[in-house]
Amino acid sequence: MSEGARHANSRRQGSRIDPYFDQYAERARGMVASEIRALFAVTARPEIVSLAGGSPYVTALPLDVVGDMVGRLVADRGSVALQYCTAQGDVGLREKICEVMSLEGIRAHPDDVVVTVGSQQALDLITRIFVDPDDVVLAEAPSYVGALSSFAGYQADVVHVAMDDDGLIPEALENTIQRLTAAGRRIKFLYTVPNYQNPAGVTLAAQRRPRILEICQAAGLLVIEDNPYGLLGFDGEPMRSLRADDAEGVVYLGTFSKTFAPGVRVGWAAAPPAIRDKLVLAAESAVLCHSSFSQLVVAEYLATQPWREQVKDFRELYRQRRDAMLDALAAQMPDGCRWTTPAGGFYVWLELPEGVNAKAMLPRAVSSRVAYVPGTGFYAGGGGTDHLRLSYCFPPPDRIREGVRRLASVIEAEIDLCATFGATSPSGRTGPETPGPGDL
Amino acid sequence: MTELDHVVVLAGGLSPEREVSLRSGRRVRDALEEAGVDARMADADAGLIPALLADPPSAVFPAIHGSYGEDGAIREILALLGTPYVGSVASACRSAFDKPTAKALVGAAGITTPESVTLPREIFHDLGATAVIDRISARLGLPLFVKPARGGSSLGASPVRSAAELPTAIVSCFAYGDTALIERFIEGTEIAVSVVDLGDGPQALPAVEIVPAAGQYDYTARYTAGQTAFYTQARLPSAALDSAAKAASCAHAALGLRDISRTDLIVSQSGEVYFLEVNVSPGMTETSTLPMALDAAGHEFGAACLTLLRLAAARGG
Repeated sequence: MSEGARHANSRRQGSRIDPYFDQYAERARGMVASEIRALFAVTARPEIVSLAGGSPYVTALPLDVVGDMVGRLVADRGSVALQYCTAQGDVGLREKICEVMSLEGIRAHPDDVVVTVGSQQALDLITRIFVDPDDVVLAEAPSYVGALSSFAGYQADVVHVAMDDDGLIPEALENTIQRLTAAGRRIKFLYTVPNYQNPAGVTLAAQRRPRILEICQAAGLLVIEDNPYGLLGFDGEPMRSLRADDAEGVVYLGTFSKTFAPGVRVGWAAAPPAIRDKLVLAAESAVLCHSSFSQLVVAEYLATQPWREQVKDFRELYRQRRDAMLDALAAQMPDGCRWTTPAGGFYVWLELPEGVNAKAMLPRAVSSRVAYVPGTGFYAGGGGTDHLRLSYCFPPPDRIREGVRRLASVIEAEIDLCATFGATSPSGRTGPETPGPGDL
Repeated sequence: MTELDHVVVLAGGLSPEREVSLRSGRRVRDALEEAGVDARMADADAGLIPALLADPPSAVFPAIHGSYGEDGAIREILALLGTPYVGSVASACRSAFDKPTAKALVGAAGITTPESVTLPREIFHDLGATAVIDRISARLGLPLFVKPARGGSSLGASPVRSAAELPTAIVSCFAYGDTALIERFIEGTEIAVSVVDLGDGPQALPAVEIVPAAGQYDYTARYTAGQTAFYTQARLPSAALDSAAKAASCAHAALGLRDISRTDLIVSQSGEVYFLEVNVSPGMTETSTLPMALDAAGHEFGAACLTLLRLAAARGG
């Protein structure tokens, strides 16, 4: 269209700035500017104590040592590190991944593993190969916002299953499957974060794990076990993985984002052979192959650095920060607040007093220079209004204490507002609404 | 005209409009660079004053929205430093940023503005929310529009079609500020009229008509390309367009504004023009109305920004 014709058209129909607005796919309908994202843009500023972000504390890594290692890698193996590789991933790295998974009881062969761009890409690929629009995906209530975004991208219908302090409730899972099956719905898989769950911080109890597998086996239901935090437990040995007891019924998703560095974007899926083959083809169509450089950096790190000791250091660091947060919550939070006590991972899930809405409160919190993630982001299609997620992984303990102090004042003011106006239902979008990778 | 050494575009800040401000600032910076100016971005943080003192710019283009940017604070700092800047002085910004004050001053200058009440959060607590809300409904009727007395980008703003919606709207408003402006909702055509002074005195630019697809010009409709249709010039009778231009110019003058402003108006179905609010640091994003109006008036965006900076530099700090 000529410039003159464009102007004439604009005068008649108005300009909508984006001339392709009517051409987008239905799944892009929710990709819009939002107030919540605008608020999160502020939380990156140092003036704000952000208890929102889930960024690992990579400063604790020996960065100079890692730098030397990377330099040597390029000098010695640059012709491989800077070249394409296979879509399944570097075989040396896949061998190392099998060693890592063995810490959680998994016996896997490197052929079972597909390397992905973080476990987020594994989630995307799994959803791509299994989910047609309106298929049901089962997920914990609440569930990881990044997974919900992937499911939404493929127009899945997410049905949440209740949890308690011991994780997913087997009876609730069984009932949900029966109800949906009776209604003729197609359930594609159960998505679960069994250890130190994001956002709830709870862990699926050991005694429940066999029962969950049994229920899914009986229903012919695949389990997607997403386990980013499994090695970051504060007490004792890592929990035994679900896949360790059902290699045919469980796809395991892992990542080096928490045990090494999210910047390398290396995750993986360990899957039964037929699923693995489809994942490899799907990965090839998505990205041709993952970054050789990142894969070799991780393989080299695992081969040459005391990574198990580093994970222990991370565990101790996060345990101290968890303690700082729990102590501050106990000392500062007003009556009516309740929260989980995570035994590992990054997050505390806080329930607000009756009538207080976490999403509506966020602007006031940001004005008071503290940030969190409202609970609504962790539910598909509503729920979580009275919850928020607090993260203790990144700020040092004194900042955590200050953040909790500020948050307590904000909640006090909200309680007063509720007392004045009664319960209200602020309008606004529901569902996954978080700003960016650091806040997932 | 004054030659510029380098200029600083101020963008960011700590208000919820930070992201919008950064987009505005980048657009201004890019346009200035395209016009051959050494333009640098700066945020309103602890590094700002040392940076301005160490390497004083010829002039500053404030593109910070919301608090700091529009409440006069950052301009007061620029005045303290003797740094020339584009736009209104701090005292005028304070009057314009506080919507009830702006309504009163513009109303006193003869421009119609919707009937309204302004109430702080505490009054609902102390006198009882139900009693106060009942009186608001009885006095102003329905529909209403509730918004924070200070702030922008429609954050915390919402229409009220039934009495039952009013408490929720007020609570949503208090998320962004402690004082609520509750005004009668005027059905009509929503327009924005920018006023720019490029050296020949303040001139009202063509009115931009705003038609949000979902009916409400909220944050999503403002900043998601495609969610709102903009008509420049607005599809209004010439008499209404003249009245709107006069209202915007009058608001600019009554509030003592300088260089640049954007006035938001509603033209009722009977053709009456109502003043809603004025912005002293208007959005400059790709979905903002001021750049559209400049374009419609035949002004190239970068050239207009450059002229404003040169005039500011000539004026001095």
